This record gives sequence, C-alpha cells and structure tokens, in this order.
Amino acid sequence: MGVFDIYLLEALINGVLLGGVLALLSLGLNLIFGVIDVVWICYAELIMLGMYGMYFMYAVYHLPILVASVVCIAAVAVMGVILHVLVIAPLLGSAPINQLLATGGVLFFLQSAATVMFGVEFKNLGLRLPVLKVSEMFLSYSRLLAFVTALLAMLAVYLFLARTYTGAAVRAIAQDRQIMPLMGVNTHRIYVITSALGGALAGLAACLLVLQYDVHPFVGLSFGPLIFLICVLGGLGNFVGGFAAAFVFAEIISLGGLYLDLEWGYVFAFAFFIVMMFLRPQGLMARRS
Amino acid sequence: MLELRSVRAGYGTFPALFDVSLDVRAGEAVGVIGPNGAGKTTLMRVISGLIRPTGGSISMEGVDLGTTPAHRIVELGIAHVPENRRLFPRMSVEDNLKMGGFVPAARAKHDGRLGLVYELFPRLRERRRQLAGTMSGGEQQMCAIGRALMSDPKLLLLDEPSAGLAPVIVDQLFDLVKQIRTGGLTVLVVEQNVQQVLRVVDRAYLLKTGSIRAAGTAAELLESETIREAYLGV
Repeated sequence: MGVFDIYLLEALINGVLLGGVLALLSLGLNLIFGVIDVVWICYAELIMLGMYGMYFMYAVYHLPILVASVVCIAAVAVMGVILHVLVIAPLLGSAPINQLLATGGVLFFLQSAATVMFGVEFKNLGLRLPVLKVSEMFLSYSRLLAFVTALLAMLAVYLFLARTYTGAAVRAIAQDRQIMPLMGVNTHRIYVITSALGGALAGLAACLLVLQYDVHPFVGLSFGPLIFLICVLGGLGNFVGGFAAAFVFAEIISLGGLYLDLEWGYVFAFAFFIVMMFLRPQGLMARRS
Repeated sequence: MLELRSVRAGYGTFPALFDVSLDVRAGEAVGVIGPNGAGKTTLMRVISGLIRPTGGSISMEGVDLGTTPAHRIVELGIAHVPENRRLFPRMSVEDNLKMGGFVPAARAKHDGRLGLVYELFPRLRERRRQLAGTMSGGEQQMCAIGRALMSDPKLLLLDEPSAGLAPVIVDQLFDLVKQIRTGGLTVLVVEQNVQQVLRVVDRAYLLKTGSIRAAGTAAELLESETIREAYLGV
C-alpha cells in the first residue's frame, strides 16, 4: 500500500470516528425536536457549559475523571430540564419563530454569562491521551474512546426507546401528540424526561469533546451549526436520517481536510448541505407523506 | 356508570354541545346517532377529557371527570377509540397495543390482555410486527379497538367505528362489538350508520345541533317518527 493510500485510509477512519461523535450530538437535538417539536438552538452552549464543568472538576478541583463525568452528565441533564421548564414550556403554544428566538436568546445569554464568569482564555484538562500507531497510521486514543462511548450511548438510547413504556411514549408522542391523554400519558412528564435525556446526551458529549478540544465561551459555535445542519440534512426528528447524515458530513470534512486544508473540509460540508437542500429539501431520508 | 348532566362544551367561543344529559348503565350498549356536525365527536372528547366541559357535570362511577386530569381518566376505566382511529402509523401493531396498556395498572396485565386482543382479532397477531399505518382500514380499526381494550376498561367509547370501511367489513366490525359486549364491557358508540348501530345497542340517543332530541330503545327509535323525519329522511 502506498503512502498516499495510508493517508486516505487514516482520513477515512478519522471520518468514521468523528461521525460517531457528531451522530451522538445530533441525536440529542433530534430527540428534543421529534418529541417536543422545538429546536434547542442553544444545544451546543449546554455542551460548552458541560466542558467548563469538566475543566473545573478535573483540572481545578482534581476530582477523578469518571466521577467528574457522571456529575457533568447529571448536571447538564438538570440544565436541560430547567431550560424546558423556564423557557420552552411557557412557549409551547406559540409560533415556532418565537421558540427559535427564545432559545437563540438563551444561546447568547449562556455565551455572555460564560465570558463574564470564566473569561475568554482557552482552557483544557491538561490531560493528553496517547496516540495509537497502527501500521503507518496515527489514530488518537481520545477519538477512539469518544467514538466507542458515543456508539454505546446511542445503543442505550435505542434500547430505551424500543423496550420501555416511557420510550414507546416518546416515539408515540412524536407521531400523534393530541391523543396521548387517551393512552393515559402525561405529555408534560414525557417532555421533562426527554429534556433530561437531551441534556444528559449534551453532558456526555461535553465529557468526550473536552478530551480533544480546548474550552472557551464560543466553543459551541465550532460544532453547533454543524449539529443543526446534520439534523436538517437527516430530516429533523428522524433519528436514523440524523445518524446517517452525521457520517456523511464527517467523511466530507475528513477527506476534504486530507486533500486541502482542514478548513476546506468544512467549506465542502456546508456547500454539500446547500446543494442537498435544493435536491432533497425534506432531508436524506424523507418520509413519503 | 357514566352520567352527564347539562353538559356544555365547545371549541374556543364556538359551542358544540348545549345542555346534554345522558346516562350509561353498567353492562349496557348505548348509541348516540345524529347527522354530521351534530356534536357527536365533541361528546366523546368531553367524556375522555380531550376537551373540557364549559358547564354541567360528568361523572364516572361517582368520580367527577371535570376535575380529573385527562391522562388520569383512562385509569377510571374509560377507553376511547377516537374518530379516524388515530393509530401511531410508524409504530408496529404490537407497540400500538403496548401504548394502549401504558397506565401502571394495565402494565401488570399486559400479557393477558395482549392474548385476549389477539384472540379477538387473530389478524392483529399475524401483523404484530407490521407498521400500523400500512394496514387496511378495517385492520387499523381492529388495532384501534384492540389498543383501547389493552387498558382493561369498564367503558369503551367508540367514535364512528364504521367510517371509511367497506360494508362487509362494517358487518364484521359490529359483530365484533357484540362479541366484546358479552364479556360484560359497557359500550357507548357514536355513529352515522344508524341502521347498523341500532342492531347492536340496547338504547340510543339522537343528537342534533348539540342537544339531545330523542331517546329510547333501539326498537322505539327505529319506529319513531322523530327519527324518520329528523334524521333518516324517510
């Protein structure tokens, strides 16, 4: 195998690893949209707060990393519930644009609050995981860990949706909201549970991303738009579509970064998105209605 | 068992029911007939809590439904098969039935109830892994009734079960309703298909423009001049 092919293979593998994490990120947003019919524009900012939480717990207060991760996931889940109760629930009956503006407002609020509280310096855990060398390829251990954890988390969410009564109600509510009381389901309770789950996934994402990236108040901007585009490309609320779209995007970014600069990967990804919006405006896996 | 006294209800400022009083006794099958727009669906929705009454009182075995949250009404033994069936189209038949048995008391009985529903509707057992939205209208109606039976209700509310079904399927459906009754289940059914429904029920009410215009046994109503003039048009 030539050197060039090794680079290509390395880029492909890194694309898959990135895709797993992006899929996890988009699953949280998709769940919220599918069930509550609201887009959390500030989703990436919850992840940013989770990353700060990890930084303080691990690098400043020296908690063991696993303990810090569990606390981080729980804390962001609680933030998801607070976001729902304070911002989303009062606006459930309003026009979608008002809901978008409100969660958009939360985005700027959280960014500004983080700037005031934590400053604009880049912070990191000071933890460097080894890089694995497989034949001639370099694969980062933190990416592998993130990929495997993301897949396990998605499997857990799948089992929850497929096997439990609450999971069935979460799927059902996305298909017919009005008749849920006839099933004896308290829709507001399901909304709170879903918000907690969406928050917990953001918390988990924070634990994984903080191993690879520095945290700063605007870190959400580097993946927030990407998560949103993945969800739209997959068909908002369509979990399988979101999963597939995450890998498509990740490969475009990774391969684009191989042939040109890393930034070009993002340019290709967004250009691809714009073209796809003309070709398949309902998303990759649009349902026939 | 079920008592409505001077119930008023509507959508926004538009009233759909004025002063409706009716009774359903345990073990009975009662029909509500009436033309399109008479308020039949509103009547069903106000009983199961999907819309709240703006006046009067509704009680189930002495419990006031007006102050019971909608999602708690199932637990009192009322199961509502809504107009147009309203299955979860992208969920399997078995998952739809599972949703019907969502309340804690029903979960404990899930396996027994599922067996009973499959015995009543063998077709649902054959199609249990199929997505509900891909079945025929008759099969979907069976699934909707099966879903309601999963909660082990005392009172079954059927809203236009024959709508959109072929005549031969409608016959089968009403035979099944008779069969369900033999288990001691109380039934309140709303229908436009007057001839069919009067074969199945003990008593019926005529609902027109939001109020009860006539009441009597099925035989009386079939003979009644009011019904002929007001509704059957013969």
